[in-house]
Amino acid sequence: MAFFEMVKTALRTVLNRPATILYPAEPAKKTALTRGHVTIDESKCISCGTCQRKCPSQALVVNKEEKTWQIDRLRCVVCNSCVDTCPVKCLFMDTQYSAPVTSRSVETVTITYVKPPKPEKKDEAAV
Amino acid sequence: MTKQIIIPFGPQHPVLPEPIHLDLVLEDERVVDVIPSIGYIHRGFEKLVEKREFTEYVYIAERTCGICSFIHGMTYCQGIEKIMNIEVPERAVFLRTVWSEYSRMHSHLLWLGLFADSFGFENLFMNAWRIRERVLDVMEQTTGGRVIQGACKIGGVRRDISGEKLDEMKKGLDGIEKEIEGLTTVFLRDDSVRHRTKDVGVLSKEDAYHLGAVGPTARASGVDIDLRKTGYAAYGKLKLETITESGGDCYARCVVRSRELFTSMDIIRQAIGKIPEGPIDVKVTGTPNGEYFTRAEQPRGELVHYIKGNGTKFLVRSRIRTPTLTNIPPLIRMLQGCELADVPVIVLSIDPCISCTER
Repeated sequence: MAFFEMVKTALRTVLNRPATILYPAEPAKKTALTRGHVTIDESKCISCGTCQRKCPSQALVVNKEEKTWQIDRLRCVVCNSCVDTCPVKCLFMDTQYSAPVTSRSVETVTITYVKPPKPEKKDEAAV
Repeated sequence: MTKQIIIPFGPQHPVLPEPIHLDLVLEDERVVDVIPSIGYIHRGFEKLVEKREFTEYVYIAERTCGICSFIHGMTYCQGIEKIMNIEVPERAVFLRTVWSEYSRMHSHLLWLGLFADSFGFENLFMNAWRIRERVLDVMEQTTGGRVIQGACKIGGVRRDISGEKLDEMKKGLDGIEKEIEGLTTVFLRDDSVRHRTKDVGVLSKEDAYHLGAVGPTARASGVDIDLRKTGYAAYGKLKLETITESGGDCYARCVVRSRELFTSMDIIRQAIGKIPEGPIDVKVTGTPNGEYFTRAEQPRGELVHYIKGNGTKFLVRSRIRTPTLTNIPPLIRMLQGCELADVPVIVLSIDPCISCTER
């Protein structure tokens, strides 16, 4: 019985397409929800540091004075915590995995967000 | 008396997916005693609980194990929810059940493959993992992660599954079921598999009970324990049968896991049929103050999380007791009296997950 089952499986495998992907030639399977790596829209970040506090692996460092956002890709566990908690929604999850590296390094992004000037108060304008 | 020799087995051994060290005391080719030692991949997860906020610890709890990750996260969340008296929405509870059963399927398929590999049946190993890939695909489509799902959070779940996707999953199960039927036929009826597993590593019902075997290892020896019967998550609202075998040998453990695959599929179908509409999470405010023992059925057996909070956002203590830890004493009993060549098969038959064990 089991022998015929194996023959059936073998025949099916021979006739069907391979179960694996010929990876570099064919792109890897990705879904819309796949957690690949974190990206930032540096023009929206307000340097609040929420992502840094909520990061379970301490991969993020936000420097308010120097206006930089740093990520250690090898520390990041891609849990989506920072993306979920970002108050201005400037962090995104890309579906592609981060590229392989040969040494440990920290990726630094300079924040270009400029705080809009406070709108002048109406009564002052009236005076 | 025959001269005794000691043969080290592990921590690096072709059959072991993870490092465990066993000193096998042999008389000729017969194993008379085994001295286990663990501690090669201890990562200090339980201590980390004092340094991370309790909401972030979900991600860490989930990374305790690379195979049954979802159930670790869920069990931790259940504990915190019990301490803080959070009522989790019904839909979230059902979604957790669906994902739990998918992870059980993927874990059992992984085990079937590794088990086949342990007695040298490479082809069966590949076939089992090919089917497992379809289960992982569903996981990735619904949660975003293949093995680390990250779908649980305190107060509910992080992602919803749409109605169409649920129907698609239900339909996909039919295809997976057909393939699994073919696979398990080979496991249960093939002569070469039987030769290597029948009457190998026998664990009696009394030993299984007294040495604290859990999960499929205990059920294969006829001990009827299944934590899902306690009705945590949505299991209370679903019908499920516990699969027990009386053999207690490696073959019986293989039968139990093979048949549990079908139980899991049955539970997923029931859960998808009964899933209610509604919100998937509730807002969590405050911090946990109190302690709780929470238990759940992992693919390998009973998992216990002990959580203690003191009203701050950092927990005081977390203790994780994983099924493999309690399955090591029964493993020693199984190995006593076996042949040296059967050791890899017996060690694999308890489905060892060492990174779980050492946390």
